[in-house]
Amino acid sequence: MAFKHAVIEKNSMLLTVLTLLVVSVGGLIEIAPLFYLESTIEKVKGMRPYSPLELAGRNIYIREGCYNCHSQMIRPLRDEEERYGHYSLAAESMYDHPFQWGSKRTGPDLARVGGRYSNDWHVAHMINPRSVVPESIMPGYPFLAETPLRVVDVGAHLRANRGVGVPYSDEMVEMAEQDLAAQADPDSDGADAVLERYPGAIVANFDGNAAELTELDAVIAYLQMLGTLVDFEAYEPEANYR
Amino acid sequence: MNNASEVSGTSPMTYGLGLVLGLGGLMGLFLVANAQDGVMAGHGYLFVAFCTLGIFWMVKRHFDEAGTPAILENGVNYNDAVIRAGCIASLFWGIVGFLAGLVIALQLAFPVLNLDLPWTTFGRLRPVHTSAVIFAFGGNVLIATSFHVVQRTCRARLAGDWAPWVVFWGYQLFIVMAASGYIFGVTQSKEYAEPEWYVDLWLTIIWVVYLLVFLGTLAKRREPHIYVANWFYLAFIVTIAMLHIVNNLALPVSLTGAKSYSLFAGVQDALTQWWYGHNAVGFFLTAGFLGIMYYFVPKQANRPVYSYRLSIVHFWSLIFLYIWAGPHHLHYTALPDWAQTLGMTFSIMLWMPSWGGMINGLMTLSGAWDKLRTDPVLRMLAVSVAFYGMSTFEGPVMSIKAVNSLSHYTDWTVGHVHSGALGWVGFVSFGAIYYLVPKLWQRSRLYSLGLVSLHFWVATIGIVLYITAMWISGILQGLMWRAYDSLGFLEYSFVETVEAMHPFYVIRALGGALFLLGALIMVYNCWRTMRGDLKDEKSALIPTQSRPATAATAG
Repeated sequence: MAFKHAVIEKNSMLLTVLTLLVVSVGGLIEIAPLFYLESTIEKVKGMRPYSPLELAGRNIYIREGCYNCHSQMIRPLRDEEERYGHYSLAAESMYDHPFQWGSKRTGPDLARVGGRYSNDWHVAHMINPRSVVPESIMPGYPFLAETPLRVVDVGAHLRANRGVGVPYSDEMVEMAEQDLAAQADPDSDGADAVLERYPGAIVANFDGNAAELTELDAVIAYLQMLGTLVDFEAYEPEANYR
Repeated sequence: MNNASEVSGTSPMTYGLGLVLGLGGLMGLFLVANAQDGVMAGHGYLFVAFCTLGIFWMVKRHFDEAGTPAILENGVNYNDAVIRAGCIASLFWGIVGFLAGLVIALQLAFPVLNLDLPWTTFGRLRPVHTSAVIFAFGGNVLIATSFHVVQRTCRARLAGDWAPWVVFWGYQLFIVMAASGYIFGVTQSKEYAEPEWYVDLWLTIIWVVYLLVFLGTLAKRREPHIYVANWFYLAFIVTIAMLHIVNNLALPVSLTGAKSYSLFAGVQDALTQWWYGHNAVGFFLTAGFLGIMYYFVPKQANRPVYSYRLSIVHFWSLIFLYIWAGPHHLHYTALPDWAQTLGMTFSIMLWMPSWGGMINGLMTLSGAWDKLRTDPVLRMLAVSVAFYGMSTFEGPVMSIKAVNSLSHYTDWTVGHVHSGALGWVGFVSFGAIYYLVPKLWQRSRLYSLGLVSLHFWVATIGIVLYITAMWISGILQGLMWRAYDSLGFLEYSFVETVEAMHPFYVIRALGGALFLLGALIMVYNCWRTMRGDLKDEKSALIPTQSRPATAATAG
């Protein structure tokens, strides 16, 4: 054999460069096409960016590490579709920075938990999970109900999302602060505007405490919209076979 | 080589580092004053303290070192101080990480232990456990052993005077910022890449210095060939840099706030994350620790590596194939099928180089098998390679889509990870630490080999309890989720499957407690060794020739 491995073993720079080349191949071939193959993300009706309150709730979901025990990805298996609903589409997480598919189901999948339970159930469950599910091993989150929702600059969060590709309009950014509060206050003037800007959003006093906008309001607003956006009546899987 | 001048004397690098620390301190003050959230402010204070202590330490070291005589080994004044620090840090973070694991294991068995406080729930503590064991314990072991191995196999002192210390202390700061961030609710939520953007930037800087120290030492080598262990260490450093940078690309909401949004979304973000996540296993927990295997197994057995040719095939095939395996974490998800199938195919192929490496490690004991009876350190190293073989067989099996449809989302995955993490990474690290401590503190041997043997058995029983409990609970839960009754309805509600896990969660916690107990025995043994104590033991346990020849010249 003409080639001698010793050449590489005697040249640290050559070894470094070759190593970098060899480890780059797999990622380039597997990941790069996902950004330009159109079939990767299905064509669906109903997807929209998160409302400011939903986004704030999502950030609390991330902060508390909910993804450690809850997936948001229903697989196309018979039992999962019966237990959780229609299998998850790539389109449903197209505005998720970062994704929350999860890797472990210590608790159930949450991809379509929206609308499954009442706001009151969520309040009781978050404060003490065992009050509604005696066998549950989930931690209690009573502090969410007591902590006022504090987002330093709501518009900046939307702008950052726009920076990474989420189609927030100038109007959405401008009204972000107001929309954040209005979504948890059905009687407010801004409530209708929230629904106009974010179709399908739920406007409610989520935590039952009208006096204050709390972190629990945001988390429940997020949970109640999960998996509810895509219009499955209009969805044609055949048109999107990958 | 004139090492004395390398150690003392004020070089331009010293002024440079002092300047960087000064500027870093000012930046920390700026963060303290302008931070948008408490964590950022806290980390600003931490940074100020780090830079201030760094400057004090530089000044102190400058005056201390003038009179320090050089200790020569094979004619080289090796930089052992930073490796000693690395051993102590490894022992410390190991205990922290194992303890965090035990706490969250108990929380799953007894949820009241979550205390319902923000800082103590499972969701925030689980990343503390994973980061502490992988990056704090594993990372310190890798940095310490790589610094040891690259010096010895190059017969050259570690490149840079301050640089290795920058790597060591900078890395400890990264760990503290990451873990404290999780506890106070700062996370990117990408598994094993949870630290936020500014902590990621800090690690990137430290990692580049690490790479430069490693390459600089290779460049100074007085051996014509670069030893195989160094190939693996180099691949580990280079690839982790690539993975870390790409997976953590994110846009901060504000330069004075902790929160950022990932550059990628949904399906692209998922595959980027698991390309990172699986190769954190492949390059951090495998390639790096294979570097340990390729140096410490031959040294402890006092035998050459089994096959030079096999190590070449092992190296290139392993690093080429591993990168492709990420999609097996996303079977049956919204990731396109072609990517899933590609990931599965390469994961199965990966079995071959993995076992090639295992064979190369185990067969190195050829002609020295009898030492397994007398040398508990070698026994630990050999069993680590056996666990490596076991979990690298289990991995490809679980990457098959049909198997994965059952195993995914269950404890089976957790069990698989821990057979690799406790059995392979843990044991090979313990073996390396047991080898290094007497050598670096210039002791004739460890304080007690009997305690090493005790550690071995306590930890092994712990691992067996852990992984069997997780196998049973994982497969049980997977089967319960898909069970149908005779009328065609799902037989179990979700919470019934949670209830069924309880006994196995208790057994798992017991296994983890035993593993922690073993590590505490190791800490005691190492501490006594460092003090210079020797336990009077029966000669049957004391190997006559296990210490390699170089140790004799160390003093």
